[in-house]
Amino acid sequence: MSKPSIRLALALGVAFAVAPSATTRAADPADIVIGSVLPLTGPSAQTGAGLKAAQQLAADLVNGHVSYPLPAVGHDGIPSLGHAHIKLVFADSQGKPDQARAAAEELITQDHAVALIGAYISSTTATASQVAERYGIPFLNPDSSAPSLTARGLKWFFRTTPNDAMFAQNFYDFLADLKKTKKVAVHKVAVVNEDGLFGTGSGDAEESIGKSSGYDVAARIAYPATTTEVNAEVEKIKSAAPDILMMSSYLPDALLFMRGLKDQGVAVQGIFAQDAGFIDPGFIKTEGDDAEGIMTREVFSLEIKQRNQSVPLIDQLFRARFGGKPLDGNTARDFTGVLVLADALDRAHSTDPAAIRDALVKTNIPGSRTLLPWKSIHFDATGQNDGGAGIIEQIQGGKYVTVWPFDVAVKPVVWPMPPWKH
Amino acid sequence: MADAAVEALTTFALLVAGGLLTGLVFALVALGLTLVYGVMDVVNFAHGEFLMLAMYATLGLALLGIGPLVGLPLVAAALFLFGIVVYRIFIRRLLAGPPEATVFGTFGLLVLIQGAAQALFSSDYLSVPNRPLQGTLHLGPIALAQSALVEGAGALVLTALVFAFVEYTETGRAMRAVAEDRVAATLMGINVQRINALAFGIGAACVGAAGALLMLSYPVYPTVGSQFALTAFVVVALGGFGSIQGALVAALLVGLLEVLGGFYLSPELKMVPVYLAYLVVVLLRPQGLLGRR
Repeated sequence: MSKPSIRLALALGVAFAVAPSATTRAADPADIVIGSVLPLTGPSAQTGAGLKAAQQLAADLVNGHVSYPLPAVGHDGIPSLGHAHIKLVFADSQGKPDQARAAAEELITQDHAVALIGAYISSTTATASQVAERYGIPFLNPDSSAPSLTARGLKWFFRTTPNDAMFAQNFYDFLADLKKTKKVAVHKVAVVNEDGLFGTGSGDAEESIGKSSGYDVAARIAYPATTTEVNAEVEKIKSAAPDILMMSSYLPDALLFMRGLKDQGVAVQGIFAQDAGFIDPGFIKTEGDDAEGIMTREVFSLEIKQRNQSVPLIDQLFRARFGGKPLDGNTARDFTGVLVLADALDRAHSTDPAAIRDALVKTNIPGSRTLLPWKSIHFDATGQNDGGAGIIEQIQGGKYVTVWPFDVAVKPVVWPMPPWKH
Repeated sequence: MADAAVEALTTFALLVAGGLLTGLVFALVALGLTLVYGVMDVVNFAHGEFLMLAMYATLGLALLGIGPLVGLPLVAAALFLFGIVVYRIFIRRLLAGPPEATVFGTFGLLVLIQGAAQALFSSDYLSVPNRPLQGTLHLGPIALAQSALVEGAGALVLTALVFAFVEYTETGRAMRAVAEDRVAATLMGINVQRINALAFGIGAACVGAAGALLMLSYPVYPTVGSQFALTAFVVVALGGFGSIQGALVAALLVGLLEVLGGFYLSPELKMVPVYLAYLVVVLLRPQGLLGRR
């Protein structure tokens, strides 16, 4: 299929996804409007289309009659509000912070949304949620991982996804588990990150958690994401001679680093990536054998031993609506986000934003009732879900397979990673 | 103690080699920009987008089984024609307007080409399948990427070719005449429109060759041009607008400063010495290192 026709198919998939549900009933309570800010055009438009389809699927299941082992679905709307249906209204952020601010403003003032959800790209989530805070409207963020978002002291901001600091913690938890099961000796860590919001946030967490867990953080290397060469960075890594590398990079820089590390023969036991460039489809394709053994954090996988039996069913429903594309970490998280809002609405017995906020604060959903490998959904004082956790995947045989947590792993971890092939 | 000194020296030599090779790539990208400015006083803001188009063209050929090195002359030729067409239907008209017209016009071209690439190719990062020259060359303790060496050598050869063309051929002489004094050149019977179109075409061909070589080590995506264009503008201004040798010298300097600054200062601050050098040159020698006037 050529590119344009793929895009047409995607567009059709989205069109089906947003088609109004067939049942419209007379004398029903008014729909409850939830505003969704997503990057529907611009560089992240393809991801945005998937997120929109996933959110709409969740809303349709909340408004439908079929029940799954998931919160708030199959009750023909919100039971405590006379089975009122939820209605998602989408606004485009274009992936830009100022546009996200305008979109949030519009959803609140024009569409009278009682809660907002979004906005995927961390910098757009930051501005959109600030608007919600000003108006006193709950903002549920299912999919942005910059640690700083929950460090702003906002009252109306709730984040269900684990953030990059929690993923960093996962890396060290994994290392601790690895030390218990295999006799590995890891002392020196080098933290390498692009110097934007994403890289700095995860790099800071990797450095501070490493230090407090007794590791020697031998090098902390922040570099501009727009750089076209990494000669100095690679030399710095080489002279630090770390046992493992932790990397937060986009694709072009990830490829430059792989190239440089190989050329300079920098040997490490493991490379841990905060997804991004290392999970781009272009990464494995370009690196081939050199990518073997690279590990990344991930939020979701269809292949792990699922704790919730509805995962394959939701995956099928999603594929049917979205051009056959499988449910992934982003779409699974956005799907779950809508259900968390619906669950709070039901417990709030009201569409008053303050009541919804109070209900969100009391959220307590066991992880086994979500699609994700989480312990629970429960918000701490900053609005961060403290029951979230990631999984760790490793490239084996040219694809990513889950290797941690060990109880859901698909394959055993290969440690140390294979040496560079020349 | 002696071991530490040897190690420090090896590191330094490695960084210098890396910096020079990086600089050569910058020179290659900047070459077309400075040539166009020299001949017709136009700063082509869409220069980076020409690079991006060349990279997509290289990728397209690679998908048809023609690798970047074999594809290089084809891409350069295609960009040459593209440059002539852009000049004929677009730049020529801008030149007839006020001086700002070329600034806003070429900036508009940047937005147009970038938007079109996004719509046509999506924003995915794409690399050439089975990239050639992925090996490492060892010179004693110094290891260098083969792709970087080929990019560097290609840059040197191309710069020399363009320089020789401008210096030693009849057409080149006509180009210099146009650069010197457009009116006088016209009076001497030189067809300025033809020379301008040719210069624009050659400039585009240079960046076309650069795009083909860059695909050895870099992925392509719609905004990749801006990544390289910013450095190219600094190189051109530093070396002297319109000076081919100046661009080469400045590019090597920028590459060295970036890599050495990145190591001995901090990777985060690696562009600081580059912009400082730029600032110093602009203050003390506004025409650039090898610029005239």
